[in-house]
Amino acid sequence: MIRTLTARLVSSIMVVLGALVLVFVIVYLLPGDPVFTILDPATATPEMIAGMRAQLGVDRPLYEQFWDYAGGMLQGDFGKSLLNDEPVLPKIIAHFPATLALTVASSLTAAVIGIWLGVLSAIHRNRWLDVVVRIIGLFGISMPTFWSGILLILIFSVNLGWFPAMGSDGWQTLVLPALSLGLVGSGFIVRLVRNSMLEVINEPFIVTLRSKGISERLVMYRHALRNALIPALTMIGVLIGDLLAGTVVIETVFSRQGIGRIISDALMAKDLPVVQGVIFFSAIIYVLINLLVDMSYSIIDPRVRRLNARRQAS
Amino acid sequence: MSTLLEIENLTVQFNTAKGLLTALSDVSLHIRAGETVCLVGESGSGKTITSKSIMRLIDFENGIVSGGTVKLDGDELTAMSGRELQNLRGKKMAMIFQEPMAAFDPVFTIGSQIIEVIVRHKLGSRKQAWARGVELLRRAGIPEPEARMKQYPGELSGGMLQRAMIAMALACGPELLIADEPTTALDMTVQAQILQLLKELQQEFNMAILLITHDMGIAAEMADRIIVMYAGKVVEQATASQLFGQPHHPYTKGLLQSITTLDSIRKSRLPSIEGTIPGLAELPEGCRFHPRCPHATAKCVQESPPLLKVNGRQAACWYAGELAGKLGDGQAVVQTNGQSASRPCSPADIVHLEPEPGYSIPSPFIDIIEVKKYYPLGRSIFAKHTSSIRAVDDVSLQIRRGETFGLVGESGSGKSTLGRMILQLEQATGGDIRFEGRSLTGLSEGELQKTRRNMQMIFQDPYGSMNPRWKVSDIIGEPLRVHEAMNASEKRIRIEALLESVGLNPKWADRYPHEFSGGQRQRIGIARAIALRPSFILADEAVSALDVSVQAQIINLMQELQQELGLTYLFIGHGLHVVRHVSDRIGVMYLGKLVEIADSEELFANPAHHYTRGLIASIPWPDPGRERIAAGIAGEIPSPSKPPSGCRFHTRCPAVTARCREEEPKLAQVRNSHWAACHFPA
Repeated sequence: MIRTLTARLVSSIMVVLGALVLVFVIVYLLPGDPVFTILDPATATPEMIAGMRAQLGVDRPLYEQFWDYAGGMLQGDFGKSLLNDEPVLPKIIAHFPATLALTVASSLTAAVIGIWLGVLSAIHRNRWLDVVVRIIGLFGISMPTFWSGILLILIFSVNLGWFPAMGSDGWQTLVLPALSLGLVGSGFIVRLVRNSMLEVINEPFIVTLRSKGISERLVMYRHALRNALIPALTMIGVLIGDLLAGTVVIETVFSRQGIGRIISDALMAKDLPVVQGVIFFSAIIYVLINLLVDMSYSIIDPRVRRLNARRQAS
Repeated sequence: MSTLLEIENLTVQFNTAKGLLTALSDVSLHIRAGETVCLVGESGSGKTITSKSIMRLIDFENGIVSGGTVKLDGDELTAMSGRELQNLRGKKMAMIFQEPMAAFDPVFTIGSQIIEVIVRHKLGSRKQAWARGVELLRRAGIPEPEARMKQYPGELSGGMLQRAMIAMALACGPELLIADEPTTALDMTVQAQILQLLKELQQEFNMAILLITHDMGIAAEMADRIIVMYAGKVVEQATASQLFGQPHHPYTKGLLQSITTLDSIRKSRLPSIEGTIPGLAELPEGCRFHPRCPHATAKCVQESPPLLKVNGRQAACWYAGELAGKLGDGQAVVQTNGQSASRPCSPADIVHLEPEPGYSIPSPFIDIIEVKKYYPLGRSIFAKHTSSIRAVDDVSLQIRRGETFGLVGESGSGKSTLGRMILQLEQATGGDIRFEGRSLTGLSEGELQKTRRNMQMIFQDPYGSMNPRWKVSDIIGEPLRVHEAMNASEKRIRIEALLESVGLNPKWADRYPHEFSGGQRQRIGIARAIALRPSFILADEAVSALDVSVQAQIINLMQELQQELGLTYLFIGHGLHVVRHVSDRIGVMYLGKLVEIADSEELFANPAHHYTRGLIASIPWPDPGRERIAAGIAGEIPSPSKPPSGCRFHTRCPAVTARCREEEPKLAQVRNSHWAACHFPA
C-alpha cells in the first residue's frame, strides 16, 4: 500500500510540475499585453510603458521570468492581482470553499442519480423503463449547463419560488446549481453504469448466486453493482474534474462566489497572475481527486489490494 | 430408491432476436435419490439448458418452459413462483459450474459467499454459518480452511476453488446436486481428485448427482445411468454398462468411437461423426441426427423417432433394435468418409525412425539446448535483486524431422512457454534453440521473419486467434501477403486450394469467422498455418476446446497433412490419450523441467517417473467395469516462483526419499530410447 502510494505520489508531483510549465506557456501565449491591463493604451507614453514592463518584469528573458514564477508558485507565492494588488493565493483560498461545496454537491448528485438510474436501466434492459432512463441520460449529456441552469431558475425559483436564484449563502442556494451541473454528470454515469452492469450480469458468478437462491435485489445491488462500479470509478474521477471546470459557467449563471467566478472575471480583465493562480490551483485539486479515486479502488476491489500487498512483499 | 426428480416431455424455448427458438423438445428423464446420472452429448446438445431448466435459471435468459413437467420430490417446479423457487435453489437443489474461477464473485471472500447461502436459507446465524463453512471446506479437502474463508477467489487455484464451490453447494444439504462440466477447466490430475471427492461426498450426504459432461471417460467412471442428448432431445438412456457394452443409437456409437483411448491403435485414423451438430434455428426434420447418420433411411428423414424401450433401455432411433447388434461389437464404424475405419499408417507413410543410441540425436531438426525462461517478479526500483518465475528451467530436447513430438504436463509446467520459445514468440533467458542447425536466438528481425515462414502455429481457441472482422480469405491470405509476392488471382487460387485441402468448401472464402462452427474454424486455423508450406507446426492444445467427434476429425486432418506435406509437429496437450495417439515421442514436463522423455508406446507401457505414472492414472477410462489401478497424484502443482528443492516433484511423489529432497535428479537412460529424471524410477 505504502509502495503504491509513493509511486502514485511521485507521478502526481510530475503532473503538477507539468501543469506549472503549461500554465506559464499558455498565459505567455495569450494575446494582449499585460501592461495595458494597468495602463490606458490611449494615454500611455513609451516611457510609462517601458517603466511598467520593468516593474512587472516582462522585459526580462523568458527563462528568468519562468524561474521567478515557478519558484514563487512552488513556495505558495502566487503573485498579486494586476488590478488591485491583492495577493492571489489568499483570495483563491477564501473563495475555494464555495466552489468545493458546489463540486462535491454536484458530484454527489451526479453519482446518486447516475448509479441509481444506470442500475435500473440495466435490470430492465430493453423494456420501457430502460428506454425512458436512456432518454433522460441523453438529455443530461446534451443540455449545456448555462441553459439547464436558466431553466431550473425559471421553474424552481421564478415560478415555484422554492429555491433562491442566486447567491452563495446557505444550502438552499446550492440546490439549483448542483442539480444543473450534476445532471450533466449523471448522464455520463448512467451510460457507464448501465454498460458495466450489463457486462457483469452476464458473468458466470451471477448464475451461481441465483443458483444459491439469493434474491434478485441482493444479486443486483450487493454483488453486481459492486463489480460494475470498479470500471465506472475511473470515469467518475475524471468527471469530478469536469464538474470543477463546469463551475466557471455555473457560478456566473447563478451569481455565486467561487474560484470559477474569479477566473472568468480575471480573464475578462486580463489579470494574468490571477488566471495563472487559479489554473494552477485547480490542477493541484484535479490531481488530488484522481489520487483519491485511485486509492478508493483498493477499497472496492480486493484484487487491487492483493496486488499491492504482493508487490510490497516481493 | 424413490424417484427424486422426474422430468416429463419438457419443452423449453428461448425468446431471441431471431424469434422463438426451441432448445429442448420433449425431454423426459428421472433421477432417483442418491443416484448419479450423467448427461452427455456435444456442445449444443442441450445438456446445460436441461440443467438450467430444472433450476428454472432459464427464466433469467429469456427462456420459457412451454410444455411438460419437472417434479422435484413431488413438487411441480414449472408452476412455482419466483419466490418459491428461490427457497428451493441452493437448499434442496444446488449447482456447481464449469469454470470455478468465474463462478465466484471476485470481490467477496470465499467465506462470505458460503455464509451467504446458509444465512439465506435460515440454517443458522452468521457465527454458526462460519463454523459450518470451515467444516465444509475441510471436508472438501482444502488445507487451512479458516484462512481460506478469509481469502478472495483470485487468491486460490482452480482446483481449490472448485472444492470451495462444492463445499458451498453442499452448505444447505441439497438432495440434488447438478454439476455442469465441473472438471473441464481443470488439469487431469485435479480432475481425478475432484471426481473422487464428489463420489465420497455423495455417499456421505446421500444426494443425487446430475453430472453433465462431454467426456465419456468421466461418464463411465461416475454414472449409474447415462442419458445421451443430441440437438435438444434425449436420444438414448441406459445404465453405464449397457451403454458402453452395446450402444443402441448411432450417435452414441459415434461418440464412443471418436474418443482416443490408451489402447487405440496409435496414428490410426480415428472414426468420427461427419459434420457438426445443427444450430437451434436450423434443426432438421425427422430424426435430428439423420444428416450425420450412416444408417438414415427415408423414414428417418420424414418422421422423428420417439424415445422407446428397447432391450431394457430407451433409445430414440427407428432402427435401434436392428442396429444394436451391428453397432455393438466396438469395431463398427459410423462413417469414415469412404475410407476404412482404423487405417494404421502404412510403414511407407511415416518417416522411419531408427532408435537412437543416445539421448541427443545427431543433426536434429530442432535442437533445444539448455533453454531457460525466467519471468521477473515485482520489478521494483528499490529492491536490489528480483525473484523470478522459472517457467522453463534448463530444458534440452531434440525434435526429429517428420515426427510428432508430444509435450504433456499440468498447467504451469512450462510446456506452452517452451513451444513459444521455439517460434521465438518468447525470448529465451538462456540457452539456445537451433532450427535445422541454425541458432534462432541471435537472429536479426529480417532473418527471423524469413525463418518464421517455416514455423507456424495452430492455436487452442480458433475464434480468439482470428480477426472477427476479416474474411476467411484475408485470414488465410495474410501469411501469403507477408511472405510471397503474389497477385490477387494467384492468391485467390491458392486460398481456395488451401480451404479444399482442410476439408472446407472453397466458396466459403468470403465468409466471416463467426459463420463457422468450432471445428470448421479450427480447419481455417490449420489452413492459415499450412499456407506457406512450413516444415514445422506448433499445435498448442489445438484440439482441447473441441467436441470429441470434431476432435477426431481435426486429428485425422492433421495426420493426413503431416503425411502429405512432410510436417513436423510439436503437439502440446493436456489430454494424455490424444497426445499418445498422435505422437511418436513424448516429453513430460513438470514445473519447468523435462522429467521424462520416451517413445509414445514405451512411455505409456512403462512410465518411469512417478509423475508420469500419476498423470496416466488420472485419465478417466471409458469403461465402466474398470477399476482404477493406481491412485492419481495428490495435491497441486507448486508455484514456479518457489520450486521445491531437489527433485521438484518430491512434494507430491509417493516414492519420495530424503535424497529426493536434496539432490536434483538428472535425466538418465532407463531403457532403450527412454530417459527419466528420477532417483528411483519405477
